[in-house]
Amino acid sequence: MKHLVSIEDLSKDEIIKILNKSEEFEDVALGKRKSRILESKILANLFFEPSTRTRISFETAMKKLGGEVINVSAQEASSMAKGETLADTVRVISNYCDAIVIRHPLEGAARFAAENSNVPVINAGDGAGQHPTQTLLDLYTIKKEIGRIDGTKIALVGDLKYSRTIHSLIKALTLFNTKIYLVSPPILDLPVEFIDELDGDIEKVELESVIGEVDVVYVTRIQKERFLDEEEYKKVAGSYRITIETVKRMKDDAIILHPLPRVYEIAIEVDYTKQARYFKQTFYGVPVRMSILTEVML
Amino acid sequence: MKELVISKIRDGTVIDHINAGKAILVLKILGIDENTKETVSMVLNVPSKKMGKKDIVKVEGLFISEEKLNKIALIAPNATINLIREYEIKKKFKVKPPEIVKGILKCPNRLCISNAKEPVETIFYISVKNGQVVAKCHYCGRNISDLTKFIV
Repeated sequence: MKHLVSIEDLSKDEIIKILNKSEEFEDVALGKRKSRILESKILANLFFEPSTRTRISFETAMKKLGGEVINVSAQEASSMAKGETLADTVRVISNYCDAIVIRHPLEGAARFAAENSNVPVINAGDGAGQHPTQTLLDLYTIKKEIGRIDGTKIALVGDLKYSRTIHSLIKALTLFNTKIYLVSPPILDLPVEFIDELDGDIEKVELESVIGEVDVVYVTRIQKERFLDEEEYKKVAGSYRITIETVKRMKDDAIILHPLPRVYEIAIEVDYTKQARYFKQTFYGVPVRMSILTEVML
Repeated sequence: MKELVISKIRDGTVIDHINAGKAILVLKILGIDENTKETVSMVLNVPSKKMGKKDIVKVEGLFISEEKLNKIALIAPNATINLIREYEIKKKFKVKPPEIVKGILKCPNRLCISNAKEPVETIFYISVKNGQVVAKCHYCGRNISDLTKFIV
């Protein structure tokens, strides 16, 4: 049985296969072509934490391929409220569906769910751990919007310490011979033990020093709750903000990505520049998740 | 140098060259507790040429499996094992860290699923980096280098 728990579960070839298949599903995502490839299959969305984009894009992907979706949130799941373990919840729900998408606040929850499931489990984010489907759609966006992944220069900006999106993405990028620049305030640096495990061309820099050469600026949200002092938060968040001035210093064909939700880290005016591709990025979530769903269920 | 305060054993397992002060944890790893029937001797802080000070554990009448003994390497990487029969050393070997350990270590990450109220046993992948034993959590990926603090 195939699960997708961590991006590390996939080889570079497997990643490329999923991305190539995503391309084939773009027409279906756009409504230009119909597909019933997942007809009679049921996906259970098991979300223990709120999610908008991930849950909805999985639901859209499944429905556009002819499948059905059961949504189970922590509030609705009465047995979970009664103190049922995750193991039991998964054992039960996996009898009612053909695949489970799970988001959970604890790290490793998706791996544990996979060990207790009769059907494939897809990790939609486990605490500060992994978010492999976001990574695949990020890679797909880079491939589509830049034309290649190999050899690109990418600046990862913002919260590199707690962002599960970053943790998954950086592991995948090292497979693609990319140059990775880390741009973060010291308290939100990528953990040292994490860097030690990576085998890639990675450098910590100031955004200013690389903004004119990078192909991708990947921005993440700096969360207020990570700071004890509101003033300190405002100072830090302000210094990592992407504005029109930042965009002017970027290469003409460079792009800005963000896993969203965006709060303060990208100025609204930037949305209207050609470098802003973060809404396009959300669209790509659908064909990529179609590709993942068919990969684990068929 | 003074002579050892515990006598030779006839049959059983002698664990030598344990880092000083770690013998109690060694017993814990081996599951030796108040219910153990065999005679167990433990000496702490024995002067040692190689190690300065060391601990020794002797378990009379029990041949502990190599697999179990290798878990000692998590906290005492220099430990040597002597399997004794009729007062003679029948086999001598140095412990080797196992590749995987289950249920022995606790993950320090309080947000790891292995610390939740779930029917879950901890699993760690063991490696040696720069001479130091490092354990990586199967569930959250967290690395531990000071393993003695996290023996369950």
